Amino acid sequence: MKIVQQSFKFLVLAVLMFSSASISAFNAGGDGGQVSGKQEVEEYIVHHLKDSHDFNLFSYTDDSGERKHFGVALPVILWSSEGLVTFMSSEFHHDDNGQVIVEKDGLKFTKIHSKIYELEKGATAVKFDADHHATNGAKVLDFSITKSVVGILLIGLLMLFWFSRLAKQYKKKQIPTGFGRVLEPLVLYVRDEIARPNIGEKHYRKFTGYLLTVFFFIWILNLAGLTPLGFNVTGQLAVTACLAIFTLIIYTVSGNKDYWMHILWMPGVPIFVKPILAVIELVGAFIIKPFSLLVRLFANISAGHIVLMSLIAIMFTLKESLGVVGATSLSFVLSFFLLLIELLVAFLQAYIFTMLSALFIGMAVAEHDHDHEHDHEISSDVEDVRGDFI
Amino acid sequence: METLLNDFSPGLFVVSTILMLALIALMVKFAWKPILASLSEREEGIQSALDAAEKAKREMANLQADNQRLLQEARLERETMLKEARELKSKMIADAEAEAKTQANKMIAQAQEAITSEKKAAMAELKSHVAGLSIEIAEKVVRNELSNKDKQLELVESMLGEATLN
Repeated sequence: MKIVQQSFKFLVLAVLMFSSASISAFNAGGDGGQVSGKQEVEEYIVHHLKDSHDFNLFSYTDDSGERKHFGVALPVILWSSEGLVTFMSSEFHHDDNGQVIVEKDGLKFTKIHSKIYELEKGATAVKFDADHHATNGAKVLDFSITKSVVGILLIGLLMLFWFSRLAKQYKKKQIPTGFGRVLEPLVLYVRDEIARPNIGEKHYRKFTGYLLTVFFFIWILNLAGLTPLGFNVTGQLAVTACLAIFTLIIYTVSGNKDYWMHILWMPGVPIFVKPILAVIELVGAFIIKPFSLLVRLFANISAGHIVLMSLIAIMFTLKESLGVVGATSLSFVLSFFLLLIELLVAFLQAYIFTMLSALFIGMAVAEHDHDHEHDHEISSDVEDVRGDFI
Repeated sequence: METLLNDFSPGLFVVSTILMLALIALMVKFAWKPILASLSEREEGIQSALDAAEKAKREMANLQADNQRLLQEARLERETMLKEARELKSKMIADAEAEAKTQANKMIAQAQEAITSEKKAAMAELKSHVAGLSIEIAEKVVRNELSNKDKQLELVESMLGEATLN
């Protein structure tokens, strides 16, 4: 009986998640008009993947044909050619094609595909070239509180709330109660399975705080991306780049003598190979490693959102050939299973990012013996070093 | 690549960097440091408790071994004592038996001696008694016989008859 109840609860939850995901997917944007055709779906997905200047929950067209939006306007903060300019995103009236021009402090701004442009003096409308690029406007530095920033703030506050409460619980008792009991094994998991084995017993304490923050930040934001709020924070290149650069800075700053030796003047190889290897190692350390981190997370999360939205869009695109019921049920089944996979991916990507960060830090702080310095070939040397960490 | 670069928002990058820095600093200060400290403290507590239990167990085992050894020794001692007692007992019995035997033999010999001497005395007395008795009888018979002349003659005759026949 209990199992039946449990599975029923699960089913309800799944349906709720699905419906909320589908609602969010097709209303997260803010572009006018209903979505039905293939072209529109594609545009919608591209639009969703981008950051948004307002927090729109859903939109609909009422009986009089007027487009209604339901959501919260967010502040726009720009660094224009004449200094700081702020106004609310509602002034764009949900326009994303450069139709609406906002005048502030004598400057004209317009929004095209989630980017804000400052128009040239005297221009009254945006001129587009053949590739739909604005010709008489320039992008401005945009420090707006966008939807992603709101997401980061919300999740950051949530994490602070959860984990500081857990920290407080430990003051009174040895074993946490309630939600802390869920969080504790996760903290232990990151410390014992990610930080400790990859960085090593001696140094891991210093970096565990960063790794824990990154792990929970990415994981919770990935999960938030699957909720009806329609966040796509970990699918923003700027955010993943920021995280990757943190890792880069940490392992560059904490790298010890051995690490720099191995990058700049690889021991155990002929002298004429050393400069070539130094170039390769430098590229690896400063470009390939952070790039692999930032692109992996960005691409996985973006791909997940694209596929999930495309599967939900089956409801509209195959409505004519399969009928309403057929298209909806096909869409439901496919996107339901994809959502389950995405739940796994959400965790997996957080794990991989944290794990690789720990591995890179571990490589930088590892202490190894020097008896292999002169008589080893390069390949076995690299294998040795890698073997120590993996 | 071009779309990727186009999508990259420097403003968001700056904002998220600032927010992340703040988040990391706050989390480390208010969450991770106390949590990790309590966790390792708890782990050390558990470890020391386990160590103490292990030590107590080992001590207990030592104690038990000691007990076992003492018990074994006591048992051996008892065994030797019992053995000695048994030996003593059998020796005492044997001694007593031997003594009793010699005593008895002595007594038997004395008794036999006494019996023989008594027997001899009795025999001598009997002999004298019988001799006396027979003389008395013979006296009586002779007296009786000699009172009657006929009978004396008859006797002489029979005796003479017997003497001739022989």
